[in-house]
Amino acid sequence: MSSTADTIDRFVRQEYKWGFYTDIETDTIPAGLSEDTVRFISAKKQEPEWLLEWRLKAYRHWLKMQEPHWPQVKYGPIDYQAIRYYSAPKKKGDGPKSLDEVDPKLLETYEKLGIPLHERARLAGVAVDAVFDSESIGTTHKEELAKQGVIFGSISEAVREHPDLVRRYLGSVVPYTDNFFATLNSAVFSDGSFAYIPKGVRCPMELSTYFRINAAGTGQFERTLIVAEEGASVSYLEGCTAPKRDENQLHAAVVELVALDRADIKYSTVQNWYPGDAEGRGGIYNFVTKRGLCKGAHSKISWTQVETGSAITWKYPSVILRGDHSVGEFYSVALANLAQQADTGTKMVHLGRNTRSTVIAKGISAGRGQNSYRGLVQVGKHAAGARNFTQCDSLLIGDRCGAHTFPYIEVKNPTARLEHEATTSKIGEDQIFYCNARGIETQDAVNMIVNGFCKEVFKELPMEFAMEAQKLLSVSLEGSVG
Amino acid sequence: MLEIKNLHAGVEGRQILKGIHLSIQPGEVHAVMGPNGSGKSTLAQLLAGRAGYTITAGEVLYEGQDLLDMDPEERARAGVFLAFQYPVEIPGVNTTYFLRTAVNAMRKHRGQAPLDAVKFLSLMREKIKLLELDESLLKRSVNEGFSGGEKKRAEILQMALLEPRLAVLDETDSGLDIDALKVVARGVNRLKTPQTAQLVITHYQRLLDHIIPDYVHVLHDGCIVKSGGKELALELEERGYDWIVKSPLQTA
Ligand SMILES: Nc1ncnc2c1ncn2[C@@H]1O[C@H](COP(=O)(O)OP(=O)(O)OP(=O)(O)O)[C@@H](O)[C@H]1O
Ligand SMILES: [Mg+2]
Repeated sequence: MSSTADTIDRFVRQEYKWGFYTDIETDTIPAGLSEDTVRFISAKKQEPEWLLEWRLKAYRHWLKMQEPHWPQVKYGPIDYQAIRYYSAPKKKGDGPKSLDEVDPKLLETYEKLGIPLHERARLAGVAVDAVFDSESIGTTHKEELAKQGVIFGSISEAVREHPDLVRRYLGSVVPYTDNFFATLNSAVFSDGSFAYIPKGVRCPMELSTYFRINAAGTGQFERTLIVAEEGASVSYLEGCTAPKRDENQLHAAVVELVALDRADIKYSTVQNWYPGDAEGRGGIYNFVTKRGLCKGAHSKISWTQVETGSAITWKYPSVILRGDHSVGEFYSVALANLAQQADTGTKMVHLGRNTRSTVIAKGISAGRGQNSYRGLVQVGKHAAGARNFTQCDSLLIGDRCGAHTFPYIEVKNPTARLEHEATTSKIGEDQIFYCNARGIETQDAVNMIVNGFCKEVFKELPMEFAMEAQKLLSVSLEGSVG
Repeated sequence: MLEIKNLHAGVEGRQILKGIHLSIQPGEVHAVMGPNGSGKSTLAQLLAGRAGYTITAGEVLYEGQDLLDMDPEERARAGVFLAFQYPVEIPGVNTTYFLRTAVNAMRKHRGQAPLDAVKFLSLMREKIKLLELDESLLKRSVNEGFSGGEKKRAEILQMALLEPRLAVLDETDSGLDIDALKVVARGVNRLKTPQTAQLVITHYQRLLDHIIPDYVHVLHDGCIVKSGGKELALELEERGYDWIVKSPLQTA
């Protein structure tokens, strides 16, 4: 077996291509967390009193909470006083009126990341909200969307311009008491996106947010809220990257989705935060709470995630199926290469009648990566006719990595039908050799096998994103074999 | 075309091949026979470039180049093909996609433009007709759940698509019914030109009724202990291997 170890276990990862840093003047507060920090952030955003109160309640609650340690991940203690909770590019005067007035350095940064924001170059079918550290620097295609009544932009702006909507839904899916990191986020969230699709409107383009962590020593705490009214539908994409650094940075986001009767929300993520190096130095701690509420009958929420980055990923995009006949989906590819650790999965909570959920989770472990799938399927006592199908597959590359599955099932209604399938496979030396013997290079063989493994998930992504995800995965696995 | 000189090879302190000499000229068909465990597959895998063997002596020249110095994919692109005794399953990878990737890797090497999905499909249709292969197999994952015979035929399909100059067939006939055997033989014979050569590993004379060898070699305990014309295969079928192995004339 030594030859397997020899050829498959030589891990040299390609450089992280998004690891540059933008040198820009910032408005940053000193490290530390107190009520004053919360007040400072709220004041900076010119928030109404109710929101400051909400943040303070969250902060006080957080002080009584313990950091959770049940995930299958290991990391040193986080010093919450050593983190800077606000950092934003410095604005000149009142700040830019439109995207074209934004500091060219910022525009250049997004350009380099492949997200041009200029009027001329911007992506046609996608509206982008660009969040840089603690602040949204602008949103494209706003006016076009507004014509259909679609509100899309930064959440800070929504708090000012649509306070009733934000107040009605903020914390309605993930309450400020929810969990340690969500509570911290509720106290100190800085920016994020807000989308509102009015009744009967099919959002005319993809909405997307691109998160960029830039400043050192800061945490990123964004908050995203998407509301689809009766019969509305929207597809939303989220992307993210960060500079290469030897320190770990905390990213504790909260995403809330609300779907009313017959509404349909599709939320896709390609997560590419800096993963750290092969020795486990640096990288983002990605501790995120994502939850959708199928509030109305026949509503549908679908999560698709491709998780390639972060030193540690700890997240369970979930759906609460409250409306009768509502549908929840979770499609996931999680990669743990180098010394990365991922503990990810989903919760499908069936409350309404005839609710259905599908879970397809693909975990890829390479290098010394540790990948855990953790999933809960819960069927309440009124959820007659609930159905769940879960498929959970692990692919191992090399023999120093690990894959683990933790499925949990709680059923209180006897008419529920649940199916669970799980497989573990390994890219073996014999498979690689077989491909080689047909003229196919090792790296191409690995990509082919990995893509084959992931295709059920990739086909759920919007077209351009699927290609992007495929490329990203192959770059992330470059040099993982041979 | 292929020159194997005094090849000694093994795994972790165990010697498997103990001095193989074999010379194959273009246009020739060589059959290698021999008891189980004599080293036939080891030789075949070594020629295709499988890692994990230690070569302790000898050399292999393919068209004048040092074959042992080439990566397996380089050997494939240079025209060496191995039909595996145990074809490998690759779950999740569509067979058609796999074949197209392989064909295009070869084409790229030869400076030809890649075939798009449509062109490739028509090429493949032509080949599967010859091999009487069920098209629905090609929609499935590579070798996954294929029957023994289907796997062997799929190997021959790959060979037909890749058009190698030197084809090594490791017991491609094992497990085939008589009709399939003829189909496989036809596939191999189609490749036969004055520029190509075949090395056919088999336990059974019946294959050699359809693929007529110019030479038959007997491999025993890592050495070629006897070589002869196609009559040797008949003799082996009748008398087994004992008479050769125990023959006082044979020296290591
Ligand atoms: N990787 C390996 N590790 C240990 N022993 C090996 C390895 N590969 C081959 N061998 C041994 O070397 C010997 C020759 O094996 P090989 O597969 O070449 O035989 P063969 O002639 O093809 O036999 P068969 O007719 O059964 O296919 C066998 O004893 C086998 O167990
Ligand atoms: Mg054999």
